[in-house]
Amino acid sequence: MSRRAILDKIRQSLNATPNDQARRSALDARIANPPRAPAPSRVAATGSDTIACFKSELEKQLATVVEIDNPALIPSAIASYLEANKLPLRLRHGCDPYLSQINWTSAAGLTLNSGPAAPNDPTGLSVAFAGVAETGTMVLQSGPDNPVTLGYLPDTHIIIVPKSRILATYEDAFERLRTAIGSGNMPRTLNWISGPSRTADIGGRIVIGAHGPRRLLALITAEK
Amino acid sequence: MHSTTPNFKKNARTALADSQLQEALAGLPGGLVAQRAAARERLPEFDSLRDYGRDLRNHTLDHLDLYLERYEQQVIAAGGHVHWAQTADDACSAILRICSEADARLVTKGKSMVSEEIGLNHRLEGSGLEVVETDLGEYILQIRKETPSHIIAPAIHLTQKQVESDFRLQHDHLSANRKLDEPAELVNEARQILREKFINADVGITGANFLIAETGSSIIVTNEGNGDLTQSLAKTHIVITTIDKVVPTLNDAASLLRLLARSATGQEITAYTTFSTGPRRNGDPDGPQNYHVVLLDNGRSEILGSKFKEVLRCIRCGACMNHCPVYNAVGGHAYGWVYPGPIGAVLNPGLIGIKEAGQLPNASTFCGRCEAVCPMRIPLPKLMRHWREAEFEQTRGPALARAALRSWAAFAARPWLYHPLARVAARILKFSSGSRGSLSWFPFAHRWTKDRDLPAPQGKTFQELWAARGKSTTPKTKRSAR
Ligand code: SF4
Repeated sequence: MSRRAILDKIRQSLNATPNDQARRSALDARIANPPRAPAPSRVAATGSDTIACFKSELEKQLATVVEIDNPALIPSAIASYLEANKLPLRLRHGCDPYLSQINWTSAAGLTLNSGPAAPNDPTGLSVAFAGVAETGTMVLQSGPDNPVTLGYLPDTHIIIVPKSRILATYEDAFERLRTAIGSGNMPRTLNWISGPSRTADIGGRIVIGAHGPRRLLALITAEK
Repeated sequence: MHSTTPNFKKNARTALADSQLQEALAGLPGGLVAQRAAARERLPEFDSLRDYGRDLRNHTLDHLDLYLERYEQQVIAAGGHVHWAQTADDACSAILRICSEADARLVTKGKSMVSEEIGLNHRLEGSGLEVVETDLGEYILQIRKETPSHIIAPAIHLTQKQVESDFRLQHDHLSANRKLDEPAELVNEARQILREKFINADVGITGANFLIAETGSSIIVTNEGNGDLTQSLAKTHIVITTIDKVVPTLNDAASLLRLLARSATGQEITAYTTFSTGPRRNGDPDGPQNYHVVLLDNGRSEILGSKFKEVLRCIRCGACMNHCPVYNAVGGHAYGWVYPGPIGAVLNPGLIGIKEAGQLPNASTFCGRCEAVCPMRIPLPKLMRHWREAEFEQTRGPALARAALRSWAAFAARPWLYHPLARVAARILKFSSGSRGSLSWFPFAHRWTKDRDLPAPQGKTFQELWAARGKSTTPKTKRSAR
């Protein structure tokens, strides 16, 4: 009833009929071939450095960014970050295949648990599906590989971003997604994360760590 | 939500005299103005993106019925439900129904202006549910039993001191001697308290910044992460949103997201942007088990066919209010209904009627800054002018003003009578103003001249001066928009 009434009213306002083929093809064409706005020159100009842009944009948003060429060194890099911040050496993570190729036992003292985040987990570890250079944004897919709560419940969130997945624009990341899981499909949640949680709701002053993580560490790494 | 919009003038006077409000307003939107300007500076494509955004919104509105149908189809394919609601009441009833199916007791909420529009909290609480706002600003307002005064910074009218005393009263189970004079300490206290709520909630309600027809996704944009905890920890996620939020594709959402945060807070992007599609999938270890979208019309389909159609392009960034001298002087509550500032002056009359909101389109200096900064290039002053005309046609103008204008029109339509009379009047007024060149009293305008002088004509009419110049001056080109 409501549905019918609303759609009828919209058509009446637009002077349109439901079966106008030209209007339907306009929609089909746009969805089949999603147009792109001109890409920002900061990533599109010749000679622009995607990785450097990703890093500097993310740092501006108060994340810590560390580059690690050898994935074998990830555990020790994480351990020293946690120690430097006086945090427990405990990690919660999902079953992303990128993580299973790392030898975690080599790292002194790290305790790892898998599964979704529990309320008192100090640190969550995720692997990004893509990085977007234009604003230093990390794109994460929900699911068993990277449970979505890892990025919101713990006080600290660590995200591994393989260098080869760092793309210039949001549209590039969507194209990667369409290729990976098929056009029109989405994971239950696609999260763009571009810095630690913050608020300016009290007196207009920015405070880091509103409801989500107080710290965000991005590890830019080599592909396996 | 109940409106106090017909009292705009009284509300504005109270606001101007409220010293705490004036302290809170001083500088705050000003900061947002500077930050937006800096973000625009950093992205040379910003203004051409605005054109792109305007065109894409126009395209979507012209095919709105079809995009909504496709969107619905995709939500259902992902295992979600769509509830169409013509009125605020329909939307509240749909949400209540979903809550009772979920056996809900505790409901957490992310920030949603549409939920304010439909008076949702009131309805849910009336049915015995505990409703907790989780956006920090909204949480503070809920404690104070106030409504948002800004669409993206809801508690912008409050000072830190006010929040501190609210927290001391509300959280009286905590030590009275605790230190609370830093914003970080206040934030931390709210964080601890709201954690419990997130974890125990049965239903999480969020709004949506955009809906995507291509994939059936809803998007929320936050800095706090509260919206994500709201929707991933509760068993049921309800999205309350309106029909104008749909965009065709993920790429289209990306174009608008490039404009949204920059226009709103001057951020390149918010900390979190979340795309939600249906309930949790097979094998998902977390996320909601049920996903519902309540799609509200509430008069928008009517606006679509009117000369106010362009207002439906709005992406609710708040830039128009940050840049508005009237908003900056009186704050958001004076506007008396959900949407304050220039967007409210155009949208509210469309949603609650010109009779109720007629004073708002008049609360403008027509300086044009709102249109100059609007990322969707909505001609807000023009639309306000349309409302003024509509209001006048409905004879809501003061009787004296109408009589005066009618007699003026009678003269103006007869140039042979008008010109000689105008010449005489101009000379009389020049004479009565003496050497000061201004009048401190004018018939029927003593309220206006009470606080200021009226500049007097200099003795000649415009027509005379124009004729004397030989009509040689060419008109200046239009001021270029930013
Ligand atoms: S009218 Fe324009 S400036 Fe105002 S909130 Fe909407 S999009 Fe932003």
